[in-house]
Amino acid sequence: MSTPAASLPLPPAGTAVKPLLHWQDRLAQGLLVVCCAALALFLLGPLFMILVKSVQNREGTFVGLLQFQEYLATPRLRQSIWNTLWVALIVTGITIPLAFTFAYALTRSCMPGRSMFRVIGLTPILAPSLLSAISFIQWFGNQGMLKGLLGGTTVYGPVGIVISSIYATFPHALMIVLTALLLSDGRLYEAAESLGTRTWRKFFTITLPGAKYGLVSAAMVVFSYTVSDFGIPKVIGGNFNVLAVDIFKQVIGQQNFNKGAVVSLILLFPVLVAFIVDWTMQGKQQSQFSARAVPYAPKPKAWFDSVMFAYCLVVALLLLAVLGMAIYTSFIKLWPYDKSFSLRHYTFGLIDAGVIGSFFNSLKMAFASALFGTTFIFGCAYLLEKTRGMPGTRAMIRLLAAIPMGVPGMVLGLGYILFFNHPDNPLNGLYHTLTILVLSTMVHYYTSSHLTAVTALKALDAEFESVSASLKVPFYKTFHRVTVPVCLPAILDIGRYLFVNAMVTISAVVFLYAPDTQLAAVAILNLDEAGEIGPAAAMATLIVSASTVVCLLYALVTRVLLTRTQAWRAPAPAV
Amino acid sequence: MRHVAPSSEKEASGPYLKLDNVSKSFGKFRALTGVALAIERGELVTFLGPSGCGKTTLLRIIAGLESQDTGTIIQGGKDISRLPAIKRDYGIVFQSYALFPNLTIFDNVAYGLVNRRKGMDEIRRRVAELLKLIGLPDSGEKYPGQLSGGQQQRIALARALATSPGLLLLDEPLSALDALERVRLRGEIRALQQRLGVTTVLVTHDQEEALSMADRIVVMNQGHIEQVGTPREIYETPATPFAADFIGKVNVLAAVAEGGGRFRAGGITLTVARPDLAAGTAARIYLRPEDVAVHANGAAAAGAPNALPATVTKVEFLGAFCMVGIAIAAADVPALVANVPRHAVDAGGLDPGAAVTISISPSALRVLG
Repeated sequence: MSTPAASLPLPPAGTAVKPLLHWQDRLAQGLLVVCCAALALFLLGPLFMILVKSVQNREGTFVGLLQFQEYLATPRLRQSIWNTLWVALIVTGITIPLAFTFAYALTRSCMPGRSMFRVIGLTPILAPSLLSAISFIQWFGNQGMLKGLLGGTTVYGPVGIVISSIYATFPHALMIVLTALLLSDGRLYEAAESLGTRTWRKFFTITLPGAKYGLVSAAMVVFSYTVSDFGIPKVIGGNFNVLAVDIFKQVIGQQNFNKGAVVSLILLFPVLVAFIVDWTMQGKQQSQFSARAVPYAPKPKAWFDSVMFAYCLVVALLLLAVLGMAIYTSFIKLWPYDKSFSLRHYTFGLIDAGVIGSFFNSLKMAFASALFGTTFIFGCAYLLEKTRGMPGTRAMIRLLAAIPMGVPGMVLGLGYILFFNHPDNPLNGLYHTLTILVLSTMVHYYTSSHLTAVTALKALDAEFESVSASLKVPFYKTFHRVTVPVCLPAILDIGRYLFVNAMVTISAVVFLYAPDTQLAAVAILNLDEAGEIGPAAAMATLIVSASTVVCLLYALVTRVLLTRTQAWRAPAPAV
Repeated sequence: MRHVAPSSEKEASGPYLKLDNVSKSFGKFRALTGVALAIERGELVTFLGPSGCGKTTLLRIIAGLESQDTGTIIQGGKDISRLPAIKRDYGIVFQSYALFPNLTIFDNVAYGLVNRRKGMDEIRRRVAELLKLIGLPDSGEKYPGQLSGGQQQRIALARALATSPGLLLLDEPLSALDALERVRLRGEIRALQQRLGVTTVLVTHDQEEALSMADRIVVMNQGHIEQVGTPREIYETPATPFAADFIGKVNVLAAVAEGGGRFRAGGITLTVARPDLAAGTAARIYLRPEDVAVHANGAAAAGAPNALPATVTKVEFLGAFCMVGIAIAAADVPALVANVPRHAVDAGGLDPGAAVTISISPSALRVLG
């Protein structure tokens, strides 16, 4: 006998069911709240203080937008807004085509040495932005070897800022564009070929549209980087005013935190615009690349491969010339008068002068940032993606995790002074400690690390946690037995990223260090200020070496790990 | 091997799993509306319906992976409506297998046992027993990635059964497998389930899977239950137009009752066995293609019930059977489809254009409002 359904859609009467929470659910939700609170405290708190200070005068009275009016009424300060923007636009306009061509050669040609070119193309990431400025001073400065090439123009100013920034932003653009080009679908090219499409038409109808979002993203990153960077204009900018240096002058030079806050907000504006443009574009990108896509495999073409090889060779040599000059400077007595080999910049200039401590501070800070940053960021991403309940807190964390990308380091750093140096803040004991440097670095580089973690976690089967619950295994056990081992490559990647950036960062920390917590990149700045180019180059070389060692270590550990876990990571074809 | 369900000691009277008035909305979307259902101990029940009908949501509510807005769930005499998943008694298998890729097959199957502080010897014995049960006794040292999809799903089943749960939940367990493997595993799961006597809920959108495996089928549509019954009941006496349409193929005729078990559909009159609607009532008549008997002209169709002259319009060869398109020689009657064995098509010369007589047993006609 069949039993027909008793009732068709009628709102059922009945009281709402409130599910009981297991203590493990409470634990997960409690940790999630802690994560959210920590992000709010160390990100929103400082940013909020900037807003407050910008509408107060030095005495702390509310003055509305008066300070903005004053700022904009000063021609010299108004000039730096314009300077900042046009320099950043030029850098973006040059770096993107350079990086795109380089990435195109790496992905679409069969030229020899592609992996070597890729590594060289990414080397600038290991160096603090100051290194390129110092190096270009050596090449094109008053005593520069190639000074004549500039034809009377001085390198100290916009020219120097532009070329140094191109060097510093090149690897960031390259990484993004490379990823975009690697995600192309080979089947599209095959279809085009079968229709007899010409090469240039394939480029404009398939390659360029496919890489469009990557190009926009890269352009926004380069633009933001140049606008926010403080080290390059400080060292090579001469009297050319830009916003990032203005903040520094207001805060450190004149101790005028309120004016600094005003300039910070003005600096924040273009970066935020770039960030929002990028974010909106990325949202549109979804489902561009289907799961069935076939990677593109280039075929050898003699003339094309030769042209691409020549181009990459030139770019690689230029990149190496910048890095090489800094290293060379650190090992000779005095440029350009006495070019004999010497270690005196290291022994004398760094060790005896007592500056070497800042290198060890940097190492300590970078290790701590990598360790605690990776733990917190991955843990928070895990709780966000794999536990349940509290949708409001989750949305809040997602937003907070995205913000740091749009906040220039100078702005974050100033916010940290204002917030943690405030006498009423119970945490003001943190000010001038290594801890605050670690915290600001974690927050500054949060977004990329967070996205790496989320991507890795999303790649896991969504039902692992459900299966664990059905087997009565607590979620934290599955976290350490399954989630962490499977995500280990991504976790190591986050650690490396945080380490390398902590070694080179300057903008956020330049406001936060004390004499005994000075960092290596800050030391370079101070040495340069004192005219000690040799020791400054030596310090830059040490930073590059430390980052290189960590990257090699990362490559080694990853390789060993992948070999050891090959049985389950790259399974043999199923029988 | 005997399956020991923890709750089987206090043999509670009545159904093992009882759902009452279960509703769930996601925002404005009503995923489930007033679902009531009773499942007996040891039964295999399938939730069958198109995607979005709420069958997976209902399964996840039983598992505690989603919480219902209203309604109660009683399992083994105990109200589990508000219990978190980790406090409930069930094993679950997902379409994606959800095996832990970095753990060996042994560790995967032992995953829930280790947590119960059992001795290592006991765990080893139990895992070996389970792997033997699913026919993969020597796979303990391998990793999931080294097994085929069907083998992985067997491991997932072993892992779900390892702790001897009182209830086994299967969420589209065969959908990711290829056709042959699907049919093979279907038989294996059913045999295993009957041997262990474990109460099982299987969610599927595949009617063949539901018909072949289930003790009873719950047909679901748009968040409510259309019909609950054995596979035969669902197929032979569908309770709603949706149930008739979703399971198997069916011809539909719009008709008006004339009284005395007679219905007028366009230019023809049909006699049905039941029910007898009052004259003038509009109804729909449902008819399975295999219940349309096709007689070649000249063959003895005299005296057959509901005999009607017709023409063959097309013949679609499907292997053992042919789908034969039939145009009835009367006004306002839609074309019918008949299911005719291959040999009968040959013997009767049923080519397109052939004049035939069809007949329909009155008991094969299902009248629904």
